[in-house]
Amino acid sequence: MSALVPLAARTEVDWVALSVLIVLFVVVTVLGFMASRFKRGDTLDSLDEWGLGGRKFGTWVTWFLLGGDLYTAYTFVAVPAAMFAMGSVAGFFAVPYTIILYPIIFIFMARLWSVSHRHGYVTTADFVRGRYDSRILSLAVALTGFVATMPYIALQLVGIQAVLDVVGLGGGGNWFAKDAPLLIAFVLLAAYTYTSGLRAPAVIAFVKDALIYLVIIVAVIYLPTQIDGGWEGIFGAAKEKMAATSEATGKPTGSFIPVSGQMWAYATLALGSAMALFMYPHSVTATLSSDSRKTIRRNASILPAYSFVLGLLALLGWVAIAAGTQPIGVDGKPNPQLVIPQLFEDSFASWFAGVAFAAVAIGALVPAAIMSIAAANTFTRNIYQEWINPKATHAQEAKISKIASLVVKGFALVFVLTMDKQNAINFQLLGGIWILQTFPVIVFSLYTRWFHKWALLAGWAVGMVYGTVAAYKVVNPVTGKHFGGSLAEIPGFGDMGYVAMTAFAINLVVTVVLTIALNAAKVSNGSDETRAGDYFADAGDPRVEKDKAVREQTGGQEALPE
Amino acid sequence: MADLNRSGGPEVPSTNKTLIAVAGVLLAIPIVALLWVSSYARETPRLWGFPFFFWYQFLWVFICAGCTYAAHRLVLAARPPEAGSRGDQEVDR
Repeated sequence: MSALVPLAARTEVDWVALSVLIVLFVVVTVLGFMASRFKRGDTLDSLDEWGLGGRKFGTWVTWFLLGGDLYTAYTFVAVPAAMFAMGSVAGFFAVPYTIILYPIIFIFMARLWSVSHRHGYVTTADFVRGRYDSRILSLAVALTGFVATMPYIALQLVGIQAVLDVVGLGGGGNWFAKDAPLLIAFVLLAAYTYTSGLRAPAVIAFVKDALIYLVIIVAVIYLPTQIDGGWEGIFGAAKEKMAATSEATGKPTGSFIPVSGQMWAYATLALGSAMALFMYPHSVTATLSSDSRKTIRRNASILPAYSFVLGLLALLGWVAIAAGTQPIGVDGKPNPQLVIPQLFEDSFASWFAGVAFAAVAIGALVPAAIMSIAAANTFTRNIYQEWINPKATHAQEAKISKIASLVVKGFALVFVLTMDKQNAINFQLLGGIWILQTFPVIVFSLYTRWFHKWALLAGWAVGMVYGTVAAYKVVNPVTGKHFGGSLAEIPGFGDMGYVAMTAFAINLVVTVVLTIALNAAKVSNGSDETRAGDYFADAGDPRVEKDKAVREQTGGQEALPE
Repeated sequence: MADLNRSGGPEVPSTNKTLIAVAGVLLAIPIVALLWVSSYARETPRLWGFPFFFWYQFLWVFICAGCTYAAHRLVLAARPPEAGSRGDQEVDR
């Protein structure tokens, strides 16, 4: 076992680590194919079966599924990389984010589960459609979900790519050899999602979590003991690096602990990310696939266990600073995204490095699968069926979903290839800017119909445009590329803040002002197919059973709003 | 379609508003505490080598889990699930 000695750029493939990685991958793939039998219904050829696992998952499966969903390459690669390169404001906000997340979802998720259960909604756009009888508003929500998922999947691809790069794959002269790890990652992901639907990630999530916990426990116990001075030494090294002047900007490299002027950045990144997360189609899917209203709330109180782990992983970025890890890719260029895989490669025996790589790669694969399935569900139900082929059969729907899941992954690949991946955490933050603009439409509408549908649409549009433009204007000082970060000055305030929250505030103002105007002008706000009691329905509700019988008699078409 | 809308049944379950309010406060506590960054953005006192900023946030993982779980029990007590629905039983553990 080598000590924590930085290596020069690798030129050779670590065959032992690569073999272990491949074996574990094969095991997981076989499990994925077998997963189609797990708690299976009559056929996978329906959207409820392929996309929601038949809504039969209890507390434990939901816990693993949500965990598999939320703790991803983001946790293992992007957050530690941000800590390594830019410090706590850029990375450690993920800890308060994933803590305050649970009280926030506790408040509204049970209502969304109930009304969805009652009316057979599979996506948030379904709900909006039923709540306002507005196809346009529903389309806006569906499109946002579909688009915002792409950079988030891109982040997962970056994670898998990082592992393959550190193992020694890729490099070489032509573009194909250079991007080979990414293409391999993409093909793997596409292949097994296509076959098993949501059941594959649910089963694999168990394996993934077991691997991840094993690696984390070893990493956070063993690695700090290898650093002179233990945690004291680690924080000391980080403080020194963050205070040093960066050549590119002439400012300090990063932040050790947020100082005056950075408080808002830290708080808005945490709050914006937390509010955004459960607007994503994949988070909603994981929630709706649970078997009762209570499952969600019970989960909200046990899921924070993941946040603790996330915090320790974030700090591994600083362990790498103290260890002198050099994250240099096969192509010879420095790439902070490689820092955690490289730290593992330097400090663990090859075979265990292989296990750790498998944990990271599978930990990216599972959520990427869930995300693409969820985005595909949204596309099929709210775009294809609503606008293109309203008479689609269940089998057609499942088929379109599978194809759409490939398309969304294809776009994610484009994101990775065209955008600045030095700062992968920004992919997730960019998705957050977009998806957060659907928050008023979805969450406010769970409680009230005071907001006017056209006002909500206008607010959404303004928020989307503002957020995209503001994020575009952020230029990475090192690479000179646009979309270089997600923090911008809060207008009229001076401090930096997360663009998503600024856009959200503007969205809100537009929505409220227009609502008052439209309500005063007595413009119709559409019809509402939900009733107050629907928001409290639970599993086994007699009304739900009755409606289900009606739907089955009429071949399913009645389940959808016309 | 119309048939679905008309299906009747019980409406909003009776609710103990006080308990719901207490649950709301419990849920608000971790959110306010963690968003108030200036209250904990400092280095001392340290704990096992960890600056205050870091161990304090780790501590909130547990406090938040406690608050959320307490809120869960309170909401269940405030709005007992209807008899007959599966929510009134302890569904699979």
